[in-house]
Amino acid sequence: MIEKKTTPYSKAGFSWLLKMAWRDGRASGGKLVLFMASIVLGIAAVVSILSFGENLKDNIQLQSKALMGADFIIDSGKPPNERVLQLMDSLGGANAKEINFASMAAFPKTDAAKLVQVRGIEGGFPFYGELETTPVAAAKEYQAMGAALVDATVMFQLGIQPGDSIKVGNITLPIAGVLNSVPGSTAIFSSVAPPILIPYRLIEETGLIQQGSRVDYEYYFVAKKGADMEQLDKILDPQLDAEDADLDTHTSTSERLGRRYDNFGKFLNLVAFISLLLGCVGIASAINIYIKEKLRAVAVLKCLGATRKQTFMIYLIQIAIMGLLGGIIGTVAGLLLQQLFPLLLQGLIPIEIQIAFSAQAIFMGLLLGVLMSVLFALYPLIGTLYVSPLQTLRVGAEGVKKSRKALLLVSFGITMFVFLFALWLLKDWRYSLAFVGAILVTFSILGGVANLFMKGIKKYFPISWGFTARQSLLNLFRPQNQTLTLVLAIGVGTFLISTLYFTKDILLDQASIESNTNSPNMILLDVQTGQELAVANTIEKNDMPVLDNIPIITMRVESIKGVMSNEIRKDTTSTINQWVLNHEFRVTYRDSLIASETMEAGEWTREVTTKDLVPISVSDNFAEDAKVQVGDELTFNVQGVLLNTVIGSVRTVDWSRMQLNFSIVFPKGVLEEAPQFRVLTTKVPNEKQSALLQKELVKQFPNVSILDLRQVLSVIEGLLEKISWIINFMAFFSILTGIIVLLGAVRTSKYQRIKESVLLRTIGASSKQILKITALEYTYLGVLGGLSGILLSLIGSQLLALLVFKTSFVPSMFPFLVLFPGITLLVLSIGLLNSRSVIQSPPLEVLRKEGR
Amino acid sequence: MAKILNIDNLGKTYSSGSKELTVLQDISFDIEEGETFSIVGPSGSGKTTLLGLCAGLDQTDSGSISLCGTDLGKLNEDERAQLRNKHVGFIFQDFQLLPTLTALENVAVPLELRGDKNATKRAVELLGKVGLSDRIHHYPSQLSGGEQQRVALARAFCNNPSILFADEPTGNLDAETGEKVVQLLFDLNKELGTTLVIVTHDLELAQKTQRILRLKGGRIIEQQTVVG
Repeated sequence: MIEKKTTPYSKAGFSWLLKMAWRDGRASGGKLVLFMASIVLGIAAVVSILSFGENLKDNIQLQSKALMGADFIIDSGKPPNERVLQLMDSLGGANAKEINFASMAAFPKTDAAKLVQVRGIEGGFPFYGELETTPVAAAKEYQAMGAALVDATVMFQLGIQPGDSIKVGNITLPIAGVLNSVPGSTAIFSSVAPPILIPYRLIEETGLIQQGSRVDYEYYFVAKKGADMEQLDKILDPQLDAEDADLDTHTSTSERLGRRYDNFGKFLNLVAFISLLLGCVGIASAINIYIKEKLRAVAVLKCLGATRKQTFMIYLIQIAIMGLLGGIIGTVAGLLLQQLFPLLLQGLIPIEIQIAFSAQAIFMGLLLGVLMSVLFALYPLIGTLYVSPLQTLRVGAEGVKKSRKALLLVSFGITMFVFLFALWLLKDWRYSLAFVGAILVTFSILGGVANLFMKGIKKYFPISWGFTARQSLLNLFRPQNQTLTLVLAIGVGTFLISTLYFTKDILLDQASIESNTNSPNMILLDVQTGQELAVANTIEKNDMPVLDNIPIITMRVESIKGVMSNEIRKDTTSTINQWVLNHEFRVTYRDSLIASETMEAGEWTREVTTKDLVPISVSDNFAEDAKVQVGDELTFNVQGVLLNTVIGSVRTVDWSRMQLNFSIVFPKGVLEEAPQFRVLTTKVPNEKQSALLQKELVKQFPNVSILDLRQVLSVIEGLLEKISWIINFMAFFSILTGIIVLLGAVRTSKYQRIKESVLLRTIGASSKQILKITALEYTYLGVLGGLSGILLSLIGSQLLALLVFKTSFVPSMFPFLVLFPGITLLVLSIGLLNSRSVIQSPPLEVLRKEGR
Repeated sequence: MAKILNIDNLGKTYSSGSKELTVLQDISFDIEEGETFSIVGPSGSGKTTLLGLCAGLDQTDSGSISLCGTDLGKLNEDERAQLRNKHVGFIFQDFQLLPTLTALENVAVPLELRGDKNATKRAVELLGKVGLSDRIHHYPSQLSGGEQQRVALARAFCNNPSILFADEPTGNLDAETGEKVVQLLFDLNKELGTTLVIVTHDLELAQKTQRILRLKGGRIIEQQTVVG
C-alpha cells in the first residue's frame, strides 16, 4: 500500500526551471540550433570589428612615437622666424630637421620621370620606429654618402636598382637603397607622390625652393622622460600658431589617427549590426512558430500547477541560453575573424598590428547574444502567459490573445535597444536617431511590400491561372506563412549589397574626370614667372593644347572686418575658424567665373583700375568659416604688402570637380605685378604621350611639378576598391545571415508543407507538379525580396546622391544583372533542396514520419 | 463526511463574436471526500466544461465553486494553479503527456513543482505501481496509448491528490486496454482514498462510481446514486 504522505507546499525554484528548460530544449535541439545560427554571424561580425577596433586603438597608442618618429614636431609652411627659432631653442633645440616638398624626379637609367615627395633630412630621424630599407645599412649610410633612399613602389615600377641614380632639380644623386617604410606613412595615401629621402644639406643645391613652392619645414624633438605632452601642447601651440607654425605631439597625432579609423570602424560596425538585426528577425519568426508548438505543453503544465511566470520562465531561460551560446560561438568566431583584418587593410594602416582579445568586445558579444535573442523572442513568448489550462480539455477552443500593450512595449524595447547600441557606438544622438529611423523605414517598407503583396494576390487572385501557379500563390498567404520573414531577409541583404555598389558608383562619379575635350587631365604646378611661355611651347610642340594658364599669388589674411588676425586668435569668444587665420591662400585673378562656380550673392567684378579697396570674390565655405558676407572688409598680406579688399561676391564652388578651384578670386588689374607663379593645364591623350611630355618637361624645367590626374584617379579607385572590399566583406555576413534565416524559415514550415504535399499526392498530384509549386513559390519570394531590396537601395542612393553629394549618378548594372538573379536562384535552390525529402518520399512513409 | 467539492448555482457562457452560448446553467451539487462520482451526458451537454470549472481551469460566470474548502472565485489563476498542484490530479482523454519529457520526468513534474526532493524516487515507485518500471526512460512517442495513459495515471496520483478529475480516461483506448486502465484507476483510488470525478460517455464505466450526474443542454437532468 502506498502511504498518503503530506508534503509541505513550496514553490519550485530556479533550478527546476533550468531543469525543465533543459529537458524541453533537449528534444527541440535541432530547431534551437537553427535559431542560434541566425545570430552567430551577426555577433561574429560585430565582435570582430569591435575587437579589431580596440586593438587598432591600443596599437596606435602604443606605437604613437614610432608613428611620428619623435616625441613632437614643430612644423611650418615657411622658414621659421626669429620667435619660432627662439621657442625651439628654449626647448633645447631640435634633434632633427626636415624640408619637404613635392617635385618631379628623373631617373636617368630608364629615362623616366615621376612626381615624388622630396624629404631632406638632417639628424637622427627617426628616433622611434625605423626606416626600413633594402639593404638595411642604407638607412644609416645615405646621409654620409650624400645619396637618396627611393620608395619601393617607384623603384619597382620604374625598374630602378640601388646604385642607379636619381635627378632631383639640379642635382643627381646615387640611390643608396630601397625605402620600404617610413614611420607614419601609408602605402596608399603616399602613392600620388611617393617619398624620396635625401640629406638636408643637398636641398639648397636642388634649386627647387623658389617662389610659390609649397615647402614644409619640420623640426623633430625628443622630449625628456616623463614630459607632459598635453601641457606642452597647451602652452606652446598658441604661441606657435601666432607665428604660422604648428606643434604636433605624438599623442595628439595618434589620437587624430585613431579617430580617423574609429569613424570607419563605427560605420563597419553598423553594417555588422544590421546583419545581427536581420538574424533577430529570423529569431522572432522562428520562435513564433516554436512557441505555437509549445502552447499545449504550457497548458498541461498550468494544469499540473505551474504558474504563469514559471511556464514563461522555462522558455525565456531556453531562449536566453540559446542566445548566450550564440553569443559565445559568435564571439569566438569574431575573435578568430579579426585575425584576417590586417590582411584586408594592408596598405591602409601605418602600423603593424598585434592582435589581442578585447574584453570589451567579448562582453559586448555575449550581451548582444542574450539581449537580442530575448528581446526579439519576447513577443511570441508573451503568448505563453495567456494560455488557458482549459486548452488541455478543449484544444484550440480559444486562440491565444496577446495584448496590444505587450506588443507596443516589446517594439519600444527593441527600438530603444537599437538606439542605445547605436548611441554607444556613435556617441551622437542625432546620428543614432537617423540610424534607427533608417532601419525602421527600410524594415517597414520591406514589410509593407510583403503585406501589400499578400493582400494584393488575395484580392486580385488570378483564378484563371493553372493549378500549380495558383497553388504556389496560395502558399504565400496561408496561415503561418513565412512571406514576411523571407521578404525581409532577402530584401535587407540585397538592399545592403546593392547600396554598397551604388554608393561606390556615386563616389567614383564624383572623382572621375569629365570626358569632354576641354577638361584637363594633367596639371603643371610651380611654373615660375618667365617660364610659362617656354613651358607652354613645349606642351604645344608635343601637339597638346594649353587649356589653362592660371596665375597664383600666395597671401595670408591680415585682418577681418578691421580686427587683426592675432587679436581674433586670442579672442576665445570668436567663432571664426582658425584655418582662415593660419592658411596661406593661393589666390588667382580673372575676369569670369569658371564651370565649377556659381554666384550666390553680390556682384562679380571683372576688372578694376584702383588698388584702394579691391572688390574680391570668396567661396561660400570661406565666407561661412570667416563669418563674413558681401560688403565686409578683409586685409591680405601679400608677401609683406598689405592689400585692402571688400567682399564683392560669394560663390558656390564644387570642390569635388577635379580642377583648380580657389577660395579667393581677385579681379584683373590688381595682382598682375605681384610675385607669382603659374599653373598650366593640358590634356594628354594617353599614358605614353604623358610619359614623354613629363620627361621632356622635367629635363627642361626641373622645378615644375606635374600631376597626372589619371594617376590620381587610379589611386582613388584603388582606395575605394580596397575600402569597398572591406565593406563587401561585412555585407557578406548579412547575406549569409539572410541565408540562415531563409533556411530556418523553410525548415520551420517544412512540416506544414509535408502535410499539404502528402495530401496533394494522395489525391493524385505528381512529384513534378509539387516540385513546380515549390519552385514557383520560392521564385516569387526571391523576385519580390530581391527586387524590393534593389529598388529601395536605388531610391536611397539617388536621394543620397541628390541631397548629400549634390550630384546624379548612373547606377552600375551589377545589382540588376548579377545580384538580383543570383539571389533569386539562391532562394529557389534553398527552397527546393529543403523540400526534396518531402517530394521524394512516398506518401505513406511521410504520413508515418509525420505521425511520430 | 466532509464535502470536498461544493457547486452552487453554477453558470457559464461563452461568447463567439456577437453570439453568446450558454454552456452551463443552474448547476448545484456536492461531492464528499473519498467518493467516486461520474458526470455523463451526450456530446455538447457541457460535461467537460463542468469538469474544467470544478478543477479551476477556468472562471465561472455565475455561482460558486468550493474545492477542498477554498472558494475558487476568490483565487487568481496562479493561486488556482497552486491549489491544483496541492490537491488535484488529472487524467485526460488524450493523455496530455509532455512530449519532450520521459515517462519518469512526466510523472515527477507535479512533485517537482512543489519542491519535493524525493520526486524522482516517488515517480519511480508509482511507475512501478502502474507496471512501467522498464519504460521509465521512454518518451511518450515511444509508448503505446495504454502505456501513455498509465504514465498519466502515475502522474495524477504522484502528488497524493485529494481529488482526481478524469476526462474520458478510456476514450482513446481500445476496450481491453481501457478495461485495464480503469481497473488500475479504481485500485489506486481505493488505496489512496482519493475522491474521483470522471467525465464519460461510457455508462458501464459510470456505473462503477458511487454517484452519477446526468447533464443535457448544460443543465442537470438527474442525480443518481449507484446501488451496490
